[in-house]
Amino acid sequence: MRRSVFVVIGSALLAIAFVMSVEGHRGFALRAQDKTSTTEVRIDNFSFGPAALTVGVGTTVTWINRDDIPHTVVSTDDPKTFKSKVLDTDEKFSFTFTKAGTFPYFCSIHPKMTGKVIVQ
Amino acid sequence: MSGKKKDEIIYDHNNDGIDRRGFLKCMAWAGTGAFCVIQGGVLKSYALSRMPEMNPKDTMGELSFVQISDSHMGFNKPANPDVAATLKVAVDKINALPTAPEFMLHTGDISHLSKPEEFDTVDQILKGARPKDVFYVPGEHDVLNDDGKQFLERYGKASKGTGWYSFDKKGVHFIGLVNVMNLKAGGLGTLGHEQLEWMEDDVKHLKSSTPIVVFAHIPLWSVYPEWGWGTEDSAQALAYLKNFGSVTVLNGHIHQTLQKVEGNVTFHTAASTAFPQPQPGKADSPGPMKVPAEQLRSVLGITDVHYVQGQHALAVVDSTLN
Repeated sequence: MRRSVFVVIGSALLAIAFVMSVEGHRGFALRAQDKTSTTEVRIDNFSFGPAALTVGVGTTVTWINRDDIPHTVVSTDDPKTFKSKVLDTDEKFSFTFTKAGTFPYFCSIHPKMTGKVIVQ
Repeated sequence: MSGKKKDEIIYDHNNDGIDRRGFLKCMAWAGTGAFCVIQGGVLKSYALSRMPEMNPKDTMGELSFVQISDSHMGFNKPANPDVAATLKVAVDKINALPTAPEFMLHTGDISHLSKPEEFDTVDQILKGARPKDVFYVPGEHDVLNDDGKQFLERYGKASKGTGWYSFDKKGVHFIGLVNVMNLKAGGLGTLGHEQLEWMEDDVKHLKSSTPIVVFAHIPLWSVYPEWGWGTEDSAQALAYLKNFGSVTVLNGHIHQTLQKVEGNVTFHTAASTAFPQPQPGKADSPGPMKVPAEQLRSVLGITDVHYVQGQHALAVVDSTLN
């Protein structure tokens, strides 16, 4: 009786561990996919989307201005890691991230607009 | 056009836009400014469009000038596909005034993308105005890509720092400030230490009875910080003016007329000659507001300011393009 209780509990734990591992793999797979596929940041309605983007080292990120007002993409560090010219509607700016780290940036015309790129 | 009061500002627009024909129709109405007259120490401001209704005697004073703002030359999106035409309407209204204003103030965003041809177009259009002197301060759209170098070469040869300066006209002291340079992530407009020091020194020698008019692009009061509609260190600038009996602050940037009186200071923002923006917090973002054709002229404006000696407050009243 006692043994069967242990077996049941053990099986349950195994099942939970299995589910967790599958979920973990799935989560990992999703993150890996994000890293490679989402490299575009859309500027629209006075905001960056996604506001936080995670990419792998060596990824080129492209910002595209879909707003009807011009914007810029400027890193907040000094000296600037990246700084776009002003982007009018539908204009793009790209930057290749060669180092790991977190890179906050903003629109220098509308400084309330902020975003960051996390390079892993 | 539709039985609405001529100077009524309509914000209740629908968001489904209008067709090109509608926009072309509406652009004919757009492009306004404000007529300012100083009467006995009191500054009064009227939308240029209201001027024809006014008794000319009521709009006479020791000094009058016109404020225009946010021409955004180069903007060509549906909110107003022809900003040159609407600026010309403003000039026509200025030229139709019974008394020619002494000069014009342009409170920034002359251009949309800081392109030389955009500045050239505005210069050309404003040459058609009866007042020949135009005093400028830059908007953030005028200092793109080159930290304001071009702006300074064109308009700021006699200015200090990034383009600030002061001058006197008929006993009124005018101060043009720059609050669009070196903006910091997450922040608002900024005047900066150097400019503030200059300003403190600039007003030190003035009598407290001197009427002061301060003009800058981004509002020097906290209109709506969530959209960046304010200036980080404006309180310091205003502190230098606390002993003056009559202080008027004229701003642009937010493309609508708002007024506030706080102690000795009257704050005032001018409408754009190009396109309207939503009321603070009344939209997801401060992007251009698309209004039906028949309403566009009611949301663009010119400020006319009059100065009257002998009183201790300045008043600014706006009118629209109707």
